[in-house]
Amino acid sequence: MPAEMQQGNAPARLELRGITKSFPGVLANDNVSFSVQPGEIHALLGENGAGKSTLVKMIYGIQPQDSGQMLWNGESMSVPNPKAARRLGIGMVFQHFSLFEALTVLENIALGMDGAQPSRQLEAQVREVMQTYGLALDPHRIVSTLSVGERQRIEIVRALLLNPKLLIMDEPTSVLTPQEVEQLFGTLRQLASEGCSILYISHKLHEIKALCDTATILRQGKVVGTCDPKVETPKSMAEMMIGGNLKSVSKEQRADFGEVLLDVRSLNLPRLDQFSTPLHNVTFDVRRGEIFGIAGVAGNGQNELLEVMSGEIEAEPGSHILIDGRDVARDGASRRRMAGICSVPEERHGHAAVTDFTLAENTILTARHRRNLVTGGLVRNRAADSYAKEVVANFSVKTTGSQATAGSLSGGNLQKFIMGREIMQTPDVLVVSQPTWGVDAGAAAAIHQALVDLAASGSAIVVISQDLDELLSLCDTMAVINVGKLSDKMNVEGVDIQEVGLLMGGVHGDPGATAEAEAQVEAAHAH
Amino acid sequence: MRIKLEKRAAPSRLMVVLTPIASVLLTMLLGVIIFDAMGIDGFRAVQDIFLTPILATYKIQDVLVKAAPLIIIALGLSVGNRANVWNIGAEGQYIIGALAGAGAAMAFGQTGGFFVIIVVIAAGIAGGMAWAAAPAFLRNRYGVNEILSSLMLTYVALQVLSYLIGGPWKDPNGRNFPQTAPLADGQVLPVYEIAGVPFHFGVVVALILPFLFWFLMSRSVLGFQIRVVGSAPHAARHGGFSQRQTVWLSMLIGGGAAGLAGVLELTGSLKAINLGFPSGYGFTAIIVAFLGRLHPIGVLIAGVVLAITYVGGQVAQTTVHIPNSTAGIFQAMMLFFILASDILVRYRIRIVGNKDAAQAAPAGE
Repeated sequence: MPAEMQQGNAPARLELRGITKSFPGVLANDNVSFSVQPGEIHALLGENGAGKSTLVKMIYGIQPQDSGQMLWNGESMSVPNPKAARRLGIGMVFQHFSLFEALTVLENIALGMDGAQPSRQLEAQVREVMQTYGLALDPHRIVSTLSVGERQRIEIVRALLLNPKLLIMDEPTSVLTPQEVEQLFGTLRQLASEGCSILYISHKLHEIKALCDTATILRQGKVVGTCDPKVETPKSMAEMMIGGNLKSVSKEQRADFGEVLLDVRSLNLPRLDQFSTPLHNVTFDVRRGEIFGIAGVAGNGQNELLEVMSGEIEAEPGSHILIDGRDVARDGASRRRMAGICSVPEERHGHAAVTDFTLAENTILTARHRRNLVTGGLVRNRAADSYAKEVVANFSVKTTGSQATAGSLSGGNLQKFIMGREIMQTPDVLVVSQPTWGVDAGAAAAIHQALVDLAASGSAIVVISQDLDELLSLCDTMAVINVGKLSDKMNVEGVDIQEVGLLMGGVHGDPGATAEAEAQVEAAHAH
Repeated sequence: MRIKLEKRAAPSRLMVVLTPIASVLLTMLLGVIIFDAMGIDGFRAVQDIFLTPILATYKIQDVLVKAAPLIIIALGLSVGNRANVWNIGAEGQYIIGALAGAGAAMAFGQTGGFFVIIVVIAAGIAGGMAWAAAPAFLRNRYGVNEILSSLMLTYVALQVLSYLIGGPWKDPNGRNFPQTAPLADGQVLPVYEIAGVPFHFGVVVALILPFLFWFLMSRSVLGFQIRVVGSAPHAARHGGFSQRQTVWLSMLIGGGAAGLAGVLELTGSLKAINLGFPSGYGFTAIIVAFLGRLHPIGVLIAGVVLAITYVGGQVAQTTVHIPNSTAGIFQAMMLFFILASDILVRYRIRIVGNKDAAQAAPAGE
């Protein structure tokens, strides 16, 4: 890859002038202008729904803009499709990978190339790119055996093979361990030093601070500011991003918890299908008033753990889930709720809520027993409606009313409604997965506060999240799940991020890594 | 200019009601065009098929008798379809229901009366349920697709029917015709008459049952369960509703309704079972269920519309000399139109101007 550092008054690599794009009912991008210099790592910062993804989709030729102009090295550019974008030298790594699980790394890369190429020649190129950028990957491994971090490397290699002049990275770190993030940043810095511009989309502020040269901040489709992340604080950038003061969660540090409310012992779950993760001997306990976090990279058994706790799937015989001393491991979902354990799964649409149903009907789904919404085989529609109204009022859910369909709510509002529906049942134990995934900062703060308040009122709470920052700020204690195994519980105060990263699978993510990481952590403690 | 489909923020309630009506109208329009092209008076044919049956008093009686089984079967099927359980074998369940009823009636000999009729009807329902239980069991236990198993069981039911009426159950006084002995007088459903239109008790059932199903689906926990499992199986599991139980329930309700329709047809109108007993109601009811938008009251209306096409087909056969199977073509057209126009419930059509032109123009400097 030829290094070409440009300087002086050379034209910008990419310049956007007054880009506007609207969808029915929303103005996704409103007169957006900014430019990216050669060799610059440029952050595109904004909350979910701020218009970041729409913008890069136009740059990559996936959808056309309504109006405005894009310039490439000072000349007007038109990208009718991604192929044209690639020809110009624009590469993109998507948040969701498009890989065939049953094929090898090399086969996947070959399928993504625009022109046919002999496989031996391609392999040589792939190996060269991997060596240049320190991307460790075996071209002949089957994708299904790879960790998420390794899969992302395939996408990066795929983009780099085109000698890009601009690389777009869409939320690349949301599925990586801290070590993998460090490694990715190394690669990106090397690329930038060789003159490749990088457009880096994220809402993780400390990452942007660590990596990027410039940040353009989007809010509701408009550019609201440009800053140098190196001199800003994460708080100041967050406030620009949400356009107001960031309310921090008020939480008392406490060490005196009550008795054990949730006691999970030797929980085992066999592999249910080829995409599920078996659980091995998961053991933990949570005390009254305690918020216990479970960290881990996606797909390491989090969903299975939530479903086995909620009663949707049954654990192997010999597993125990004790709520206040009563074993509910053999009970179904309804009986578990009656016993005092409520849950919120990660997927809102079609799992935590029925999209086509009204909010009132959605309360019947999980609150019918604890809130007496059914009687004698009949649904008490009026009671359900008033419970839905209560939830909407108490959790400031923005909606047209209790008869609005769940699908008509924005992600953050639906999540607030679902959390409210469970919290207002005052469960003894609440298990939530990704409570603030895809939720705007205001709603996230409200949800965090509600969890803290529920714990303060004497419930035991389990928070499963991929967002390490969230766990560190919210939880009292935490553990890490990797390939279906849960680490020992540790106190959040004084926790070592490096150690957590190793437990999350380090940089490799292969099945042996947990044992390896545990040994490393133990060795580190011995010193 | 191009036509674009755009997702609606919420499903359109207006379209839910409008599209079935539009489907019927489009079917009539297309019918006129096709028959004219074939050299038959299309307007007359469509008029005979859709209008004569409801304008002539003596035809209304036929419409009601044909609508009753369609409505009853479709009510049961719409429950299953709401739960994403696809029972295609209502025809078989209808046949077995009638046979079970006939068997029960035979066991009573010449004894009749209220309680005998109740037992005969119960036997019919149980027969239909039993025939539907097989696909339910196979799906829950072995993951067998219920569309195939229920459909194939229809052909088994046809064989059972021809075996029974040609062998053990053949009418001893029937001049060797393959047919069961006619029911005793006391085993036949009562007949009522309003405004000169006679109708049997089965028609009354078909008029009451939709309201019962409406209540069941909208107010009961059972109805909620069926709707949740159909709309979001994952959420249903999260809410503690069993998928397997729902498959059982909806298959048994579908089979029971089809069996009920069969036994009412036997005790209300035909009084004996011969090879002509299976008349395709079980399949036509699938169209009724969809045309009625899987809503009990919609099913009631759609059942009448489909019955009209049946009766009208016979009218047109004598007046414009088109084959009786023409009614089948009209029914199929209606199903196609309703399925095709379904998209309008969730999407709207928009005609947009060409944006490429605007884009190609350079921005003002």
